Amino acid sequence: MNPFVRCLLVTAAIQAATTTVAFANDDILKNQKDPANWALQLGNYAGQRYSTLDQITRDNVKNLRPIWQFSTGVLRGHEGGPIVVGDTMYISTPFPNTVYALDLNDNGRIKWKYEPRQDSSVIPVMCCDTVTRGVAVAGNKLFLGQADNTLVALDTETGKVLWSAKNGDASKGETLTAAPLVVKDKVYVGISGGEFGVRGHLTAYDINTGKMAWRAYSTGPDKDVMIDPQKTMMLGKPIGEPDLGIKTWPADQWKIGGGTTWGWYTYDPELNLIYYGTGNPGTWNPAQRAVDKDRAKSDNKWSMTIFARDADTGQAKWVFQKTPFDEWDYDGVNENILADVTVGGTKRKALINFDRNGFAYTIDRTNGELLVAQKYDPSVNWASEIDMKTGRPKVNDKYSTFAQGEDHNTTGVCPAALGSKDQQPASYSPESGLLYVPTNHICMDYEPFKVEYSAGQPYVGATLSMYPAPDSHGGMGNFIAWDPSAGKIVWSKPERFAVWSGALSTKGGVGFYGTLEGYLKAFDLKDGKDLYNFKTSSGIIGNVNTYMHKGKQYIAVLSGVGGWAGIGLAAGLTGEQEGLGAVGAHKALGEYTQLGGTLTVFALPDNQ
Amino acid sequence: MPKYLIGLCAAVGFTATVTLGTAFGQQDAAQKPAQGQTPPNQTQNAQTPPTQNPPGGNAAQEAKVADPEELVDDQGVPLYAVRDGKVDQGTYNGYRRYASSCHVCHGPDGLGSSFAPALADSLKRMDYWQFTDVVTNGRKNMGATGDKVMPTFGSDPNVMLNLADIYRYLKARSDDKIGRGRPERFKSAS
Repeated sequence: MNPFVRCLLVTAAIQAATTTVAFANDDILKNQKDPANWALQLGNYAGQRYSTLDQITRDNVKNLRPIWQFSTGVLRGHEGGPIVVGDTMYISTPFPNTVYALDLNDNGRIKWKYEPRQDSSVIPVMCCDTVTRGVAVAGNKLFLGQADNTLVALDTETGKVLWSAKNGDASKGETLTAAPLVVKDKVYVGISGGEFGVRGHLTAYDINTGKMAWRAYSTGPDKDVMIDPQKTMMLGKPIGEPDLGIKTWPADQWKIGGGTTWGWYTYDPELNLIYYGTGNPGTWNPAQRAVDKDRAKSDNKWSMTIFARDADTGQAKWVFQKTPFDEWDYDGVNENILADVTVGGTKRKALINFDRNGFAYTIDRTNGELLVAQKYDPSVNWASEIDMKTGRPKVNDKYSTFAQGEDHNTTGVCPAALGSKDQQPASYSPESGLLYVPTNHICMDYEPFKVEYSAGQPYVGATLSMYPAPDSHGGMGNFIAWDPSAGKIVWSKPERFAVWSGALSTKGGVGFYGTLEGYLKAFDLKDGKDLYNFKTSSGIIGNVNTYMHKGKQYIAVLSGVGGWAGIGLAAGLTGEQEGLGAVGAHKALGEYTQLGGTLTVFALPDNQ
Repeated sequence: MPKYLIGLCAAVGFTATVTLGTAFGQQDAAQKPAQGQTPPNQTQNAQTPPTQNPPGGNAAQEAKVADPEELVDDQGVPLYAVRDGKVDQGTYNGYRRYASSCHVCHGPDGLGSSFAPALADSLKRMDYWQFTDVVTNGRKNMGATGDKVMPTFGSDPNVMLNLADIYRYLKARSDDKIGRGRPERFKSAS
């Protein structure tokens, strides 16, 4: 070939590659802009779970009805939810992680099915059921994180495997449950295994080849965490001191220090930053993570931290540690919802995080400055408040499992390890400026004790008994509306069980969530009033989504009880509840629902 | 944790496994008929009757002595002791170890979850030697859709070094001698 032609061809190839790169990003932006799609697990890059569809309104939602259902064939906990792009809906199941592409033109006929073969030895190292939080679709590729740590790219038309990459090692207790996020030419995925002494990381892969682009650890030296202490910001200024990811741990504990990344990832295209949280440090026994038996020296960085990273390079732009030196398993992975809100009279590019620790943080997402931090459940007692200068919680020693000591049962700690909210994502309505938040209302007794590390084995070291928040309504959950500017609950409605389903809000003035008993509930965004409910085949721990097909709005949700909530299915919570009046009437969840994965699609009757 | 300590723990765990495994194999062969023919109450039958009953309490499964080291029957099956609703140190330790290593799948207080059986119930059918076998070596492909799996804890010192105590706790739960939640300890007889 003549060198000139070759050069031309190479240039053309590079251009083609560049075009593809730009296309993937544009494709998601385009998909999320069209409200007919439910393009990402959290609705859009900002994680708002809000839809501008308004055919279903607060007035007509009472006429909603299920119109078709689909059994996933899998019994265990179904988190995440359906993705809809164009005429196709994509759903995924817990282990074995079957993916179905359903044809919306044909009442959900199966266009293709993908079922990976995975070694079942991964099942028992999944701490809290064999869940997955769903797939991501970008261009002609669908991305799935399999339980066995395989990240696969499938052809959206055929389900054929385009590439696969190994993201972890189940024999060390590492698993994959998170929903991947795609930005430009990269797909990000985290890792689970915080109860097995793994070392958390977020990893970016090239969407076209599956080649690893970068991996940013949650603990260890700055180089591994991709922090530059002179540039990476913390509380409005550079971190300064190097290698806090080592220094704030005793000896080599950071190597098995957790900080897993199994929650949700959000993205701001203008700032080109991705946001995610790291989980609890291991073990649950804080004494084993203390440097010189001194809490002040033992932040266990960068566990429990919100990271803002450059989407291309992975470099940390800013960090914010919510619960330094965790003593309660307040696993900090919850979603970071991006919204522009007014704080103190000034419009801010904000990020809102409902942390497991019971505090809701409003943070400037450009630099990590703390704007608001307030309790979003009045029962929260482990800390009195967050110091706005240092961002640190003022820990109440009475509820400090470290201050109370190893082998001591610290009682009455609120919230329980489940957190005031777990992974179930909240919704933000740009119209009302409020967040709609599924929460837990559960407290605990917690006794830490010494445990040994053994690769691939549980690394917990605490007993835990949980019960509904005392001196309250007796239920184990609330569904609340939250003002992120004032840091206040606007309204709160009690629920019998923890609300473990992701919320949806819509322009129709109506919102949706599911309950552990299996109800899909519609509520009025104004005051939380119940407008409609339907009891599906099993408890709902999936997220409610909406889409439009051929001009008609639909609501879709996966039922299938399980997850951490499923641990209490048979038993209910611990016996302390006898003294709590109304609570005694709340029997085990197993009396309300049983296992079984089902997709249910709802719509208004055709004449409305 | 220093590396040498991890190594040591792993080694201890391994030794314990081998010892237990061996003991299990021999004892099983020596004392028992084929599996499946084991009467469900064999373990209980082997237990020593109590010397004194607490007032109002049914102490049929209680052991004679309070010192944990002696709380085994002549077949080597661990026994628990309950007095006035309080338990011996071993049973208490079993509660803690259960909470740390087993609770996440088998649910609070041995009552099961959506993906693992209630051990308070299983121990009505399963004897100590079967229990030891399953915990040490695991199980696969159980449940209606084959997606229930019991891991192998043979290399986990937190489990293997406390196996007798975990059994004591679950057996006491299974026999309905202790209720839900954290059991209280009685003071050792010595």
